[in-house]
Amino acid sequence: MEKLEIVRRFPRKRDQLLAILHELQRANPRNYLTGEDLRLVAEYLDLPLSAVHDAVTFYSMFSLVPRGKHIIRLCDSPPCHLAGAWSLLSALKEELGIDVGQTTEDGLFTLELTSCLGVCGVAPAMMIDDEVYGNLTPERLKEILARYREEG
Amino acid sequence: MRIARAHVLVGVDEEARLAGVDRVLSAFREAIRNAGLEGEVQVVETGTLGVSGRGVVLVVYPEGVYYAGVTPEDVPVIVEEHLLKGRPVERLRLPAAVPQTEPRQVLGRQVRVVLRNCGVIDPEEIEEYIAAGGYEALGKALTEMSPDEVIEEIKRSGLRGRGGAGFPTGVKWEAVRRASGQEKYVICNADEGEPGTFKDRLILEGDPHKLIEGMIIAGYAVGARKGYVYIRGEYQLSIARMQKAISQAREYGLLGDDILGSGFSFDLEVRPGAGAYVCGEETSLIESLEGKRGWPRIRPPYPVTCGLWGKPTVVNNVETLANVPEILRQGADWYRTLGTPTCPGTKVYTLLGHVRYPGLVEVEMGTPLRTLVYELGGGVPEGRTLKAVLVGGAAGAFLSPQDLDVRMDFDSLREMAAALGSGAVLVMDESACIVDMLASVLRFFRHESCGQCTPCRAGTDALVRLIEAVRRGEGDGRTLGLMTEIVETMRLASLCPLGQSVALPVTTALTHFRDEFEAHLAGEPCPRCHKLERALR
Ligand SMILES: Cc1cc2nc3c(=O)[nH]c(=O)nc-3n(C[C@H](O)[C@H](O)[C@H](O)COP(=O)(O)O)c2cc1C
Ligand code: SF4
Ligand code: FES
Ligand code: FES
Repeated sequence: MEKLEIVRRFPRKRDQLLAILHELQRANPRNYLTGEDLRLVAEYLDLPLSAVHDAVTFYSMFSLVPRGKHIIRLCDSPPCHLAGAWSLLSALKEELGIDVGQTTEDGLFTLELTSCLGVCGVAPAMMIDDEVYGNLTPERLKEILARYREEG
Repeated sequence: MRIARAHVLVGVDEEARLAGVDRVLSAFREAIRNAGLEGEVQVVETGTLGVSGRGVVLVVYPEGVYYAGVTPEDVPVIVEEHLLKGRPVERLRLPAAVPQTEPRQVLGRQVRVVLRNCGVIDPEEIEEYIAAGGYEALGKALTEMSPDEVIEEIKRSGLRGRGGAGFPTGVKWEAVRRASGQEKYVICNADEGEPGTFKDRLILEGDPHKLIEGMIIAGYAVGARKGYVYIRGEYQLSIARMQKAISQAREYGLLGDDILGSGFSFDLEVRPGAGAYVCGEETSLIESLEGKRGWPRIRPPYPVTCGLWGKPTVVNNVETLANVPEILRQGADWYRTLGTPTCPGTKVYTLLGHVRYPGLVEVEMGTPLRTLVYELGGGVPEGRTLKAVLVGGAAGAFLSPQDLDVRMDFDSLREMAAALGSGAVLVMDESACIVDMLASVLRFFRHESCGQCTPCRAGTDALVRLIEAVRRGEGDGRTLGLMTEIVETMRLASLCPLGQSVALPVTTALTHFRDEFEAHLAGEPCPRCHKLERALR
């Protein structure tokens, strides 16, 4: 029901596909698109389900499997790499006890690697959901994660 | 801006937000109230001030004093000392080598055309843009010039595309104008994904109306009624600012039907991307905009005849379009006084890595790389030596210190088998390892290859394996030759420029830093790599 309302806010035009998918994914507490979401969008835009599926699997910001409440996306591109992103990756893996692409057992975090986020002025950088964090050190990382854990 | 004795311009961008700019802003408002300076001192939120990596940056006018790393606790001190007593707080001032200046003028050696308003006006207020001469060029184009005259002026200016390829903008517009069909489109490419590049984001965040004005003019010139701004999905603030700017422009009758009573109608919409570097490639972007996966199209036909929905389409980069209003306002002759004869105007660079003052700079085309690194970037930190500069992003060239005198423009770089690309300049001192950096570049390409064609899909994968072997000291005499062969095959046989462009970083790294690769092949893996290995597994 609620989902239908989200979808209906957009004109019924195919070029709205990505914008609609973003909104649906955002509305899901587990940050992913369900089969039902895809069917809904396909029907609304009058597209074959396969076309929607095809698009969803192409873009790195979408997921078809449940993810954590918060998505951590660590930038791995050359400027961040030069600034030590790889040491953050070890710190993140250790702190979270998971590998890239996995979700913590409490369902709080999913760890992903991403290409340049366009905030290289503060490399090394990452995003947690829509927030950008830069000038990261393993210590700052711990503080930031602790804050999210506190808030749940 | 209203008349006030002093202005405090606070740069609000992603960086500032994460440094807590919101709290600094409220501290300012409170401190100014407490000091009874309301009406006398005005706090203005603006886009980036062009200084990166230094937290909350602000500038106090009329003196033009820059402060960096400002915290809420510093605010009462600035208000008390500087605004009340007129004594700048030295402790927070930016070092002298950082460009300090007055608005809209030359910043050190910087010449601000595109970034003229960035950090000077409030990007959320259309009136400030108009007060700074904004939409004047549009008025001139719509009332005094025919579309052909606009195209002629842009052609005369010599403006070339800032998205990387340097294609003459006027020629592209003319092709779309001449293309048959009633329905045409203008697309602004704001997908900005080239590693090390964030100039377009800062234009979108700092001066969105300049882009809107450029797009309307493009629409008028080519005969389009509709335009799209395709912004990468991660740029939330850019998307929000752009949407707000578009609705303001509509309210002012600058978008929509019969703009300024000229009979010309044009409207704009924003579309988000969803995380795919290849969508910056224009045909892939068009596919994505049409609601499909972003697989590049086989060209020809080119978008100028067969673009969005199969209609003639102009695709231009943000920075390209942001040049347009100033060219029409001040004329092609003025524009040609900047830059070089074949590459007029300015270029915006992102200076990153091992330089003292990383950040955004705008200088004339043809400025030597040395000036960028040493004068604007302040050189490598004390006691270190320069080793390499990666110019143009991941799809760029590794240059050595001997190459520093190269002039930064499309043609000079091409002559030395490099490319200007997006304008990313990543500086490395001796602590960087070129093998390691090239491995990072290659992982990027493997991740971003769209997988449509085999040379690129299989090639990027093989290259990552080979460079990892080099890193571990497991390569042999044939490894480097094999890498060269692969990139050459990719250059010749890949379907789109993504696959073709991998040759540039690989061959330049292998040519200029051959010794380093051979040392890795011969020796033990370094401690740095051990750690890296563990992290990446
Ligand atoms: C893989 C790839 C990524 C690209 N990314 C961008 C981009 O992020 N922004 C951009 O303006 N152009 C990008 N381009 C270049 C565009 O294809 C196109 O040339 C450009 O948008 C044309 O605009 P211009 O003439 O104003 O430069 C990319 C090209 C390739 C091959
Ligand atoms: S060259 Fe690479 S990015 Fe381009 S179409 Fe082929 S696989 Fe896709
Ligand atoms: S390289 Fe990490 S944000 Fe650009
Ligand atoms: S990869 Fe070069 S020192 Fe380790």
